[in-house]
Amino acid sequence: MGGVKFEQAMARLEAIVGELEKGDLPLDESLKIFEEGIRLSKSCLKILEDAERKVEVLVQDRNGKKRLHAFSPDEEMEDPSSESSG
Amino acid sequence: MSATKQQTLFQPAKPVTVSQLTGLLRTSIESQFSDLWLEGEVSNLRMPGSGHVYCTLKDEFSQIRAVLFRSSALRLKFTLQEGMCIIVRGRLTVYELRGEYQIVMDSIEPKGVGALQLAFEQLKARLSAEGLFDEAKKTPLPPFPQRIGIVTSPTGAAIKDMLSVLYRRWPTLRVIVVPVPVQGEGAAQQIAKAVAWLNEEDLVDVMIVGRGGGSLEDLWSFNEEVLVRAVAASRVPVVSAVGHEIDVTLTDFAADRRAATPSAAAETVVPVLAEVVERLRVLTVRMTQTMGRHCLFEQRRLEAQMGKLTEMRLRIRQEWQRTQQAVDRLKTVTCNRVAASRDVVRDRQRELAGLNPVFVVKRGIAMITFLMQRLERQVMVLSDGRRRRMAAIAAQLGHLSPLAILGRGYSIVSRVRDGVILRSADDVQPDEEILARLSQGQLHCSVKRALPDPLL
Repeated sequence: MGGVKFEQAMARLEAIVGELEKGDLPLDESLKIFEEGIRLSKSCLKILEDAERKVEVLVQDRNGKKRLHAFSPDEEMEDPSSESSG
Repeated sequence: MSATKQQTLFQPAKPVTVSQLTGLLRTSIESQFSDLWLEGEVSNLRMPGSGHVYCTLKDEFSQIRAVLFRSSALRLKFTLQEGMCIIVRGRLTVYELRGEYQIVMDSIEPKGVGALQLAFEQLKARLSAEGLFDEAKKTPLPPFPQRIGIVTSPTGAAIKDMLSVLYRRWPTLRVIVVPVPVQGEGAAQQIAKAVAWLNEEDLVDVMIVGRGGGSLEDLWSFNEEVLVRAVAASRVPVVSAVGHEIDVTLTDFAADRRAATPSAAAETVVPVLAEVVERLRVLTVRMTQTMGRHCLFEQRRLEAQMGKLTEMRLRIRQEWQRTQQAVDRLKTVTCNRVAASRDVVRDRQRELAGLNPVFVVKRGIAMITFLMQRLERQVMVLSDGRRRRMAAIAAQLGHLSPLAILGRGYSIVSRVRDGVILRSADDVQPDEEILARLSQGQLHCSVKRALPDPLL
């Protein structure tokens, strides 16, 4: 669930930058949210770096059980009823 | 119908039965009108439970009964409505039981618009009334989805385009493809099921449902109610991507976002990673710079305060020196005063010592002794002289005493009434009482008469 975490972190980071740039905060509070911002910035980068590319296919097997397996667009699909969409 | 056959019916001795005639008519009509196109207005529409549809088709002057059997009715995309102008392909037949001819409709086209178009409009109106397309129901797309669902055909160009765009924009995505047929019988049901799966399994942050371009019939699955409802019900945000820009399906209306093409959908769904990284970098830089400026500002303020403090310290030092000088002056003055006072005190002490009662008394006592001696001497001198003078004075006094005079025979006469000493005979009246004091005793007398002085 990196997406939601990343989104929240980015939103918070934007809010922090806005707050800092408004310049209303006393130094100690500025430093506090600045440190939080740096932490968020690092964790955002980490989320981006840690993500890895993956394409899977969700299919239902003969027993009606759903399972994921790796996908390759050139591979012949098992679904005989599928028609080319042009 | 040949003329000979008609002539065979014209035999007064051998009339045909109603059934025979009806049969003949039926054969004749069915063979002559086995395939025709008919235009008319629907009226008297009935749809009983059997699934067959009955109505009357009419124009300004005539009407004809019409029937749509269940199998054909199921294939009809749109719904027949009273007053609708339709073009029907069918054949004529005779309903022998009532002797009525009617048209059996195989297919129906609405006049003016295509059947699919009409079906589209009808379903759109119905689902719209239900609120399936309400803007308020639309879920905003997640700004940074990490898991993308794609419901489409696994073999078309559409999937390749989408994957290519997705990975170009955001190389580290997780994509889950649910392969489905995208046209033909049952396709809509399968696509709807795939949408439901992705919701059930909680596998993706957002999904793309679509296919590449095709004819209106090819895209028809995306107008079917089952799929439109599934898309509208999806908790996971759905981006629809059906056909090309000009193709609009009901799935597009139900989706949270419509993309013109599958590629456009992929672009809609994910931002460009490089841009996000850049945004992150810019945010961090802005944050750091702002913080730096703030720190610098505070430092300057601190320095200004320190400067003021130094100034203050200098002033304090100056004041301290001034105070010290004043204190020194005060000390000197006080010391001088004290010294002067000490002298005064010493003098006063000396004076006081002179006034010491002990000395005074001692001096007094000495004086007393001295004076006593003088007094004694004086008393001795005085007492001798005085004794002699006293005797002389006493002798003189003895001569002057009235008592001595009385002794020589004189008396002193006084009035009794007031004690006044008489010096003249005129001082008393006759019979007045007088007292005469003699040298020895007194005489209480009464005046007889006053006489003149005998010497005269």
